Amino acid sequence: MAGVAFRGVSKSFGAVTAVDDVSFDIHDGEIVCLLGPSGCGKTTTLRLIAGLEGPTAGSIHIGDRDVTMISPKGRDIGMVFQDYALYPHMTISDNISYPLKVRGVSKEERASRAAEVAASLQIGNLLERRPGQISGGQQQRTSVARAVVHKPQVFLFDEPLSNLDAKLRLEARGFIKHLQKRLGVTSIYVTHDQAEAMALADRIAVMDGGRIVQMAPPLEVYHRPANTFVANFLGSPPMNLLPVRLERRTGVTRFVADAFTITAEGWHERLQGRVDDGESVILGVRPEHLALGEADDPWSFPGELYATEPLGPETLITISVGDALTTLRIFGDDPPVVDGRVHARIQNTNLRLFREGGERIELG
Amino acid sequence: MQRRSILSLPAGLLFLLPAGAFVFVFIILPFFWIAAVSFTNRTLTGRTALNPEFVGLANYRRLFDPDRFFNSGEFGASLILTGQFVFFSAILGQAILGLLLAWFFYNHRGWVQSTVQTLAIVAWIMPDVVVAFAWFAFLDRDDGTLNQILSAIGLGHPDWLLALPMVSIIMFNIWRGTAFSMLLFSSALGSIPPSHLETASVAGATGLQKLRDIILPLIRTHIITVLILITLWTFNTFTPFLLTGGGPAFQTEVVSIYTYRTAFQFFRFGMGGAVGMVMMIINLAFAIVYLGILRSQKAHA
Ligand SMILES: Nc1ncnc2c1ncn2[C@@H]1O[C@H](COP(=O)(O)OP(=O)(O)OP(=O)(O)O)[C@@H](O)[C@H]1O
Ligand SMILES: [Mg+2]
Repeated sequence: MAGVAFRGVSKSFGAVTAVDDVSFDIHDGEIVCLLGPSGCGKTTTLRLIAGLEGPTAGSIHIGDRDVTMISPKGRDIGMVFQDYALYPHMTISDNISYPLKVRGVSKEERASRAAEVAASLQIGNLLERRPGQISGGQQQRTSVARAVVHKPQVFLFDEPLSNLDAKLRLEARGFIKHLQKRLGVTSIYVTHDQAEAMALADRIAVMDGGRIVQMAPPLEVYHRPANTFVANFLGSPPMNLLPVRLERRTGVTRFVADAFTITAEGWHERLQGRVDDGESVILGVRPEHLALGEADDPWSFPGELYATEPLGPETLITISVGDALTTLRIFGDDPPVVDGRVHARIQNTNLRLFREGGERIELG
Repeated sequence: MQRRSILSLPAGLLFLLPAGAFVFVFIILPFFWIAAVSFTNRTLTGRTALNPEFVGLANYRRLFDPDRFFNSGEFGASLILTGQFVFFSAILGQAILGLLLAWFFYNHRGWVQSTVQTLAIVAWIMPDVVVAFAWFAFLDRDDGTLNQILSAIGLGHPDWLLALPMVSIIMFNIWRGTAFSMLLFSSALGSIPPSHLETASVAGATGLQKLRDIILPLIRTHIITVLILITLWTFNTFTPFLLTGGGPAFQTEVVSIYTYRTAFQFFRFGMGGAVGMVMMIINLAFAIVYLGILRSQKAHA
């Protein structure tokens, strides 16, 4: 078992910089999700760890070895590709045990190890079939079985669930987390599905434009996003972002927008020395931290009802504030009846502030 | 889903008619004519040109006459030469060299690969006669490019077409056909998803293990197709005639040249027909064996 570390790693393809000066430490036994929009460099990061690409700059470490110059073969890694990459001409048993075959393990031992792993992944009855004869979910398990059969030091997953339907995805997600915890192998899991990342990860590394913008436990990334990009990327629907101007002259702090003014009682001291009078900032508040309020509540702001979406245990109410949309998440079985002008009240303990440039302002 | 034809059967047959007539007139009819001629003593000129006689299996008996079957210039000797020619130039040369080249370029992609492929296509589409002339120049004893290179590194300068005629036409045919195999194998390799090979790399496979365990099985049907095509082509090719004329002393008289000599040098059409029939049976045997392999592969996959 071993951790994985990047030290100032960059990777360019011609003029495109896919990974830009990335450094991180992934601890032994941890599962880290690389999360980010399409083209942000997740797959490239994973391929750098596997040795399928060589970095343009920096060094890569697995355990206490510097593997920067070592080929994939020497890195002791198990990898699951998005398309599973099962060999159509081999049986499931041969597919699973292929990493053992190239290591010169005897035929009998290969068969028994494949059977053992397959049984633990509930595909023990498929060993003699070929990949074309099993379902997508079973192919996914076969691919995972092949990645774990030789007990590698590191698992790499590149969007392994994106080919499955919604129900199977949930099932497979739980199963991967269970397996990872049981085996305790350091894992790096690429996804662009924020819910998957939240559910699986010990820590999430949010990537944007080849850089890691935040690497922290899921709830911290969720509740204390490093900037508006992260705030916007996580959560469904994402965090509401309301641009406002600060007014601090009078000894109280006000958030002033075209459509509303909020008097932030008790916040004057918290913002002391952190923001200036007249500065433009962005209020960030998750939908679940907004409630239906009254007009005279100092923490509420008005909007026009835009849509109501009852989802069962919760209801999403979207209102338009000025020319932007803001979403409220109201829990409870009975959807609230609203119409016309709606007042949204901010639960101010969960209010985040961002600078105009995007980064979060630490509050006192 | 139920398949429904857009045409009624008679209408469909009507559309088939022109092509069918063409095939009948130019392929089926000549085939039966040759089969019939091979049992006669028909010639181009003389009495038997007008009134060929039925001679039964005489032509075939003459062809397989055990007393002289393997004599130089006879059918048996010609078959042996053809076997050597096919084995070295088609199977060892074109197929294996083509596969190795394709594999090499698969691993070293870039401008070298595209340049070589372009040159290979250019070489492949050149007319036989032009190529044969180029090879005359290439193999010339005193001024040929090959001998100039060889003598520059001190390996002498043999008279290729006279002293080593078989080696010459084998080299020639390899040069002529490797491009085709290489291109076909290249496209076969290109159809393998990269993740298949990357998975194998991560699993710890060496280059040779990847070739043996992943690549060859995945392109098996392509390999068999290439083998069918190039053995049949090489078996039937007449181009060596342009270089050596089958000589010297029948040393390069492969069966296609033997057939030509029998049928058109002495205009003994009866004999020629018999040789043609035997060649066709051999070709058929090749094709059936290969197709059988192909079918059993498909059943496996
Ligand atoms: N082999 C390559 N040659 C050139 N550019 C590449 C190559 N591989 C990736 N890139 C570029 O590098 C950037 C990052 O690609 P990468 O595949 O890592 O993105 P990703 O985060 O995995 O995206 P996705 O979620 O769509 O899979 C992209 O702009 C991509 O076009
Ligand atoms: Mg990707």
